[in-house]
This record gives sequence, structure tokens and C-alpha cells, in this order.
Amino acid sequence: MKSQRRWPGESRFHGWLYLFPGLLIYLVFVFYPIIETFRTSFYKWDGFSRERVFVNFHNYISLVTDAQFLKALLNNLVFIIFYSIIPILLGLLLASLLGRKPLPGMTFFRTGLFLPQILSMVVVGVTWRWIFNPNFGLLNVGLRAIGLGAFTRAWLGDFQLALPSVGAVGTWVQYGFCMVLFLAGMQRIPNDQYEAAELDGANEFRQLLHITLPSLRAELGVALITTIIAALRVFDLVYVTTRGGPGDSTLVTGFLVYRSAFQQNQLGYASTVATVMTLLIFGISLIILRFQSRDGEGV
Amino acid sequence: MKRQAWQRLLPNYLILSAFLLLILLPIIGLVFSAFKTDIEVIKGPLTLPSQLRFASFKEAWTTGRFNFFFRNSVIVTVVVVVISVFLSTLTGYAFGMLPVPGKKVLYPLLLVGYMVPFEAVVIPLYHMMDNLKLTDTYWALILPQIGLSVSFGTLWMSSFFSTAPSELVDAAAIDGCNRWQTLWRILWPLARPAVLTLVVLIFMWTWNEFLLALVMIQKETMRTLPVGLAFFQGRYSANIPLMAAGALIVAGPILLVYIVFQRYFIRGMLGGAVKG
Repeated sequence: MKSQRRWPGESRFHGWLYLFPGLLIYLVFVFYPIIETFRTSFYKWDGFSRERVFVNFHNYISLVTDAQFLKALLNNLVFIIFYSIIPILLGLLLASLLGRKPLPGMTFFRTGLFLPQILSMVVVGVTWRWIFNPNFGLLNVGLRAIGLGAFTRAWLGDFQLALPSVGAVGTWVQYGFCMVLFLAGMQRIPNDQYEAAELDGANEFRQLLHITLPSLRAELGVALITTIIAALRVFDLVYVTTRGGPGDSTLVTGFLVYRSAFQQNQLGYASTVATVMTLLIFGISLIILRFQSRDGEGV
Repeated sequence: MKRQAWQRLLPNYLILSAFLLLILLPIIGLVFSAFKTDIEVIKGPLTLPSQLRFASFKEAWTTGRFNFFFRNSVIVTVVVVVISVFLSTLTGYAFGMLPVPGKKVLYPLLLVGYMVPFEAVVIPLYHMMDNLKLTDTYWALILPQIGLSVSFGTLWMSSFFSTAPSELVDAAAIDGCNRWQTLWRILWPLARPAVLTLVVLIFMWTWNEFLLALVMIQKETMRTLPVGLAFFQGRYSANIPLMAAGALIVAGPILLVYIVFQRYFIRGMLGGAVKG
């Protein structure tokens, strides 16, 4: 680009002057700690003693048989169903039901559907703890009101139900985002594609499969990356609603890192889990981005 | 004809309203609860409060120390937003318009900060702040969040600057503007929508940040709103009106900003994600 060339008399490093202050703060307070976490994952360290013991890959190898870690990882994967797959399916359903005709008043709906995205997850957690309250929460009271009193439960206190209950909160947070994203994407698809398909006698399902889905590839990529990352990063919500309980039934890797680092002083172990979490997020994001740019024009 | 069109759209509105109601009901219930008495809460989750009772807000504000939490959140958020947006403008300008040797290495370096889960940063960061005697201070919250915001802000602003019209920049150069003047006199006014989006996104992320504040702050009066609310919940979880009032104090400012700037929020979050 023309303007990116040096101006007459300008130093080769002029751009660095602008870069320096922001980059410095980033490197010291974000990037260096990431490297330090990676390094600590090869040590055994309680955080207090002067000496860290180098244990090579021992922390990583022991993760493979660590029931606590495997449980947390499995729960993160279950959360992908609630945070990512269900909201994306709901979003696609709504987008195909509404079609591409602009609706008067859509701004209002968009604003409302997007609302959970901007709220603090602590506020969301407090709200849903009230909804799940066994005695006077919205859910159980509602079930009793429509004659389904037999289905009332202590949602967050039940070993089987706590995980899907917290997961359902994730669905509540994410589905509006997916709907808004896909509806916006639908507006871009040229009308003549559908007209041609209708002339060829393609029914609505085939139109969805052959026109809508391929055209929404970019939006699908965005939805997958953001919601899967959200599912793998869950921390605030679990901290507020269940603290990983009852037992370890809602333990997630984010909470495991916090608990082992700041409550049990196992810094090497916590750093290892954090590193695995990071690599998992980077890996999945790269796969989705690669997938997206391979069978399309790219993002 | 008009009537027909309306009838055709009716199912669409019904479907949308159902999904919207599912999102709004919990929030409406929360708002109602904040004005109720304990007894009214037990009577029914969605019944209207008998009167506009502000007692729970007052109790949360003074006894619950939300006055301190609110002050802390405002200070941290304002400082982080102002400094991050300023620094991101400079770094984004450098990346988008200036010759920067080593750009190919620096760009992915910043991308890492945007995608990394904060769990991978917070452990060494805690020991660093502890060594610097900065835990329980605003610095422990402000500096790392500026770093994080700059990583996203750089990507965001550089994508604006790299698409800004280069004829304007060339014209400015001919008129004798230097790089600094070109940025603030010529480009900054054009950057308004991009900057506003960045402001609301960083505001939201900083206002809602939880893990960092949880780890860095031990002193009760130094807590930010989300952490204050989480501890509040541990202590008063049976007192629904008080919890609801506390939650609304935390959500209030962000809701207000969202209602005014919702276009920027949505554009940023739909578009910001693409940038990642």
C-alpha cells in the first residue's frame, strides 16, 4: 500500500515509536506471563519455596490418568453441546424460518436477543441461581403451576442434573448471538439464488442445505469459534453457580486451574492444565479457520 | 394487499417473540425481585412487587459495600478504556499505515493475547504483582487489562487504518502534515465509528472482568462489582431481593451504555469475532 511506504527523511523505525508503549505493556503483563506459565508447567512448585523442581514432562504425562482433569475436560466438552451446538442449530432454525425478508422492528428483537452477551457472567449466574432455587425459583414454581410438580428438582444440587443445568444457562447466553449473526448473514445472500432454486423445484429443506448453509459459511465459522472458545473458557458462571459441585460434577478446566493454583498451591500442575487449555483453544480455532478458508474464499 | 403482507409476517413475529421472551423472562423476574419483600418473593417469581421498594438497593449499597465496589469498578474501567483506546490507536496506526520492520512476527504475537484464556496468564501475573507489592491496588487490575485490550485494539484499529483512504494521507503529506498530525487531524475524525466500537467493547470486557479481580484483590473495599457480587452471593444467597438489587447495580451501567450504543456493540461483537 502506498501510504505504508516511508516518507522522505523518515527513519525506517519510525513506526516503532507508535508501537512501543502499547506493545511494552502487552509484552510485560500478558505475553511474558503466558511464557512463564508454559515454563512452570515443567516444574513442581508450591509457590512459596525458593526451589522449583524440574520434572520434565511428568505433569503432562500424569494428566492422562488424572481423574480430576479428565472429568473437567469431559465437562468442557459437554459444555460445547450446550454453548455451541444447540445455539447454532437454534440460530439456523430461526434464520431459515424467518427467511430473508426484512422485518420491520427487527432492531428491537436484535437488541433483546443480544442482551445476555453484554451481561457479566456473575450477574447471569446470580439470576439463574434464583431460577433454579428449589423452593421459590422460577423453574420449579412454573413447573408446579402447569401441573408438572413431579418434575421439580434441586437442579444445581443434583449430581446428574447440575451439569446440564449450568449448560442450559450457556445455551441461554449464546443462542441470541447465533440468531443475530445468522440473520445478518442471510441478508447478504442474493435473492436470485433462491428464485432459481424455486424454479428448479427445490423444496425449503434443499434450499437450506444447498444455498443457505454454504452462503453462511463465514458466519458459521465465527459462531463455532466464539461459542466453542466460550465453552472451553467457562469459569465465572461455574464459580458463581456451583463452584464445580456437587462433588466434581460441574468441574471445568478453568475452575481446576484456579482451585489448584490459588487454593491448593500446586502451581506446576495448574500451569500444565492452563497450558493444555490454551493449546486446545488455539488448535480448535486453527482447525475451524483452516476448514473455512479451504472450501471457500476465506474470511 | 397491506393486510396480506402483515398476515404473512405474523408467524415470524410470533417465533421471534417466543425466543425473545425466553431471554427476557429471567431478567424481568430479577428486576421485579429487587423491589420485593422476602414474603413477596416466596409468593411468586413473576408477580409484580406491591410497591417500588428501594430498601434492598440501599442495603446492598451501604451494608453490602456496593458503594466501594462501584467506585473501584468506575476507576478501573475508565482508566483502562481511555489508555487502551489511545494506545491501540497508536499501535493500530503503526500496523496499518507506517513502515514497521518485524511486523510479520509482531502480528501473531498480539493475536496470541487476544485468544489466550486468562487462566494461562493469571498465575505468574499474581506472583509478579505480589513481588512488586501491587496486589490490592488498582494497578494490578489496570495494567494487565490494558495489555489485553491493546492486543485486540491493535488488530481492530489496524484493520480500520489499512482501509482508510490513502489519498487523504498523501494530501496531508503534501500540505506539510507530519505523521502525528496526519493521525490526529485527518484520520482520527474518520475513525469515530471504529473507535466508538472499540470503546464500548473494552468498557464491557473491563466492567465484567472477574478472574483477575478475584485473584489480585483480597481487601474487601478494593473489590470490583462482579467480584463483590460473587462474595455477596456466598453470604446472602437466601435473600433474593438483596441479591437481585446487587445484580442490578452491577448490570445497570452496562445496560445503559448498551441501550444507547447497541449498534456499536452488535457490530463490534459480530465483526470483532471475525477479526480473531
